[in-house]
Amino acid sequence: MSDQAKSLFQKVWDAHTVRELPSGQTQLFIGTHLIHEVTSPQAFAMIRELGAPVRFPNRTFATVDHIIPTDDQSRPFSDELAEAMMTELERNCRDHGIQFFGPESGAQGIVHVIGPELGLTQPGMTIACGDSHTATHGAFGAIAFGIGTSQVRDLLASQSMAIAPLKVRRIEVTGALQPGVYAKDVILAIIRELGVNGGVGYAYEYAGPVFDAMTMEERMTVCNMSIEGGARCGYVNPDQTTVDYLQGRRFAPPSNVFAEKAAEWLALASDEGCHYDDVVTIDGSKVEPSVTWGIHPGHNLGVAEAIPGPAEVADDDRAGVEEALEYMDFAAGSKVAGIPIDVAFIGSCTNGRISDLREAAKVAKTGKVKDGVRALVVPGSMAVQKQAIEEGLPEVFTAAGFQWREPGCSMCLAMNPDKLQGREVCASSSNRNFKGRQGSPSGRTLLMSPAMVAAAAIAGEVVDVRFVSTED
Amino acid sequence: MSNDTLIKIERVEGRGCVVRGDDVDTDRIIPARFMKEVTFDTMGEHAFEDARLAAKGEHPLDQERFHGASILVVGQNFGCGSSREHAPQSLMRFGFNGFIGGSFAEIFFGNCTALGLPCVTLSDADLASVMDSIELDPTQSIEIDVRASKVRSRAGELEAGIPAGTRQMLLEGSWDATRVLLDAGDLIEQTAAALPYVDLPA
Repeated sequence: MSDQAKSLFQKVWDAHTVRELPSGQTQLFIGTHLIHEVTSPQAFAMIRELGAPVRFPNRTFATVDHIIPTDDQSRPFSDELAEAMMTELERNCRDHGIQFFGPESGAQGIVHVIGPELGLTQPGMTIACGDSHTATHGAFGAIAFGIGTSQVRDLLASQSMAIAPLKVRRIEVTGALQPGVYAKDVILAIIRELGVNGGVGYAYEYAGPVFDAMTMEERMTVCNMSIEGGARCGYVNPDQTTVDYLQGRRFAPPSNVFAEKAAEWLALASDEGCHYDDVVTIDGSKVEPSVTWGIHPGHNLGVAEAIPGPAEVADDDRAGVEEALEYMDFAAGSKVAGIPIDVAFIGSCTNGRISDLREAAKVAKTGKVKDGVRALVVPGSMAVQKQAIEEGLPEVFTAAGFQWREPGCSMCLAMNPDKLQGREVCASSSNRNFKGRQGSPSGRTLLMSPAMVAAAAIAGEVVDVRFVSTED
Repeated sequence: MSNDTLIKIERVEGRGCVVRGDDVDTDRIIPARFMKEVTFDTMGEHAFEDARLAAKGEHPLDQERFHGASILVVGQNFGCGSSREHAPQSLMRFGFNGFIGGSFAEIFFGNCTALGLPCVTLSDADLASVMDSIELDPTQSIEIDVRASKVRSRAGELEAGIPAGTRQMLLEGSWDATRVLLDAGDLIEQTAAALPYVDLPA
């Protein structure tokens, strides 16, 4: 037993190491494997070809989220391919004895929303899923990776993956967030500061007073976008907030052992004086409501700022800025505030949880969606939907002219029918603004917090949500 | 399940195709609407689909002179964006089995290696020479020599960057991760048994 001070990352990595591989990579046991309909069918086909069974069906959990319609979910789905994917997933789960949280279970939703809700996501786990935003689960002090379909195959066959050890960067966010500034703005500020490639080869440990004060849902928003900063995963050390969230959840430890488990979880937090490969400090009180203006999440700024021109950025970024300005059709020097929008989307694994809907509803109460703007609110899961209904939120949204939809990934990546048309500009609470991301090859995405999306929907343009007076 | 069928990759040779530009992301390589295909079988037809539609036949993947190329030559940070493997799968099924570039996004690189597709890097100057050379004479043979870490073409024999671990995996056949992982046998269950939250399957 070593007395050496270790980061949470190191503790979890060591506990899950099966062996070192000749390549220098580690064979890492993955304790919780989450699957969905898009990246699993081919993986199941591949293990069938290999003749290998699913090794740990009891540590594999499935849902449907990417292709599920958010309006009419009756079967068969109107989209034939979506129906085929759904059928494949149902069949594979049945054949291999894997628990499937589909619509009939009452627990369906975006995979990174339902894992935590169900208490499947716990401190000290390694978690993997064939989806880029798996780092979300790191909010619980888990080490959670997005993986490709071939690795989904590896996990099904061996419950393990080959991965090179990571360095750890501790990002301390000090001070306190101003009113109108949310977790979404914090991660956008981090990505702006460190760049979209800054985290390559790193796990990000998010820490400091701003994170101590955050709820679990806020921590999930930040961890969710770790990949957009180039990091392989991101996490927050578990604390009493984590313990309180998990207590009583369906897959959390039962009450007779809960206190003991909670103590084990808290002990996983990074030790005082442990080694970090890098430490960065960001002043949280200086973070502003942020908006992306370009074609990757690093192209973001405070809502009161002006869009940079190619001459104002470093040489390496110049061509990217030129391309972004041309694609988005924005002028350098023009303000972000005042950009007109056509569509507003509140939802996604980044910001589709009950606290996000509550914040957006406070703003929605102040007015009506501008004529000509199409606004969607998509709850992240059936549980979020149910909670929202109990709180009267759907009525608040529909009275203001927002559409209230069924749970799914929806317009974040528009694999279902919720898509932008042509050159539409969308104010979105999702995580990516790449060209063509939201279903139209020439569509344009502005990322921001859910409150900012609601404010933009009402104004018909990007506005500073701090100037919208809500009754709290 | 035996190990004697590991596929060792020493070199990849074929004609080259040049796609210029940096930060080409995975949504561009394979638009998200194609992620819903149940298998990868038709993924190759949709590689760079939106860019090709916009270029109306002028995109490198549509140009007659690059028809039949199996080595794709690209810029910096190629494949940034998604962890989804659809991007390398679509390029592989389009017909590419090797990539030469300025740099590759980490997850894209990992996904390519997992498919046995070498991605090697060249210096800015060397990359420019190779791109120019292929555009000048697209019929030439381009070779990625994994063992020697070299790229050979009419632009000369150039030093190619490839991480030592990746190179070893391609040469040994251990890029086929599933077979390597399964080789751990009971060590997997032993690791699981020591974790407080995992029960071994019934």
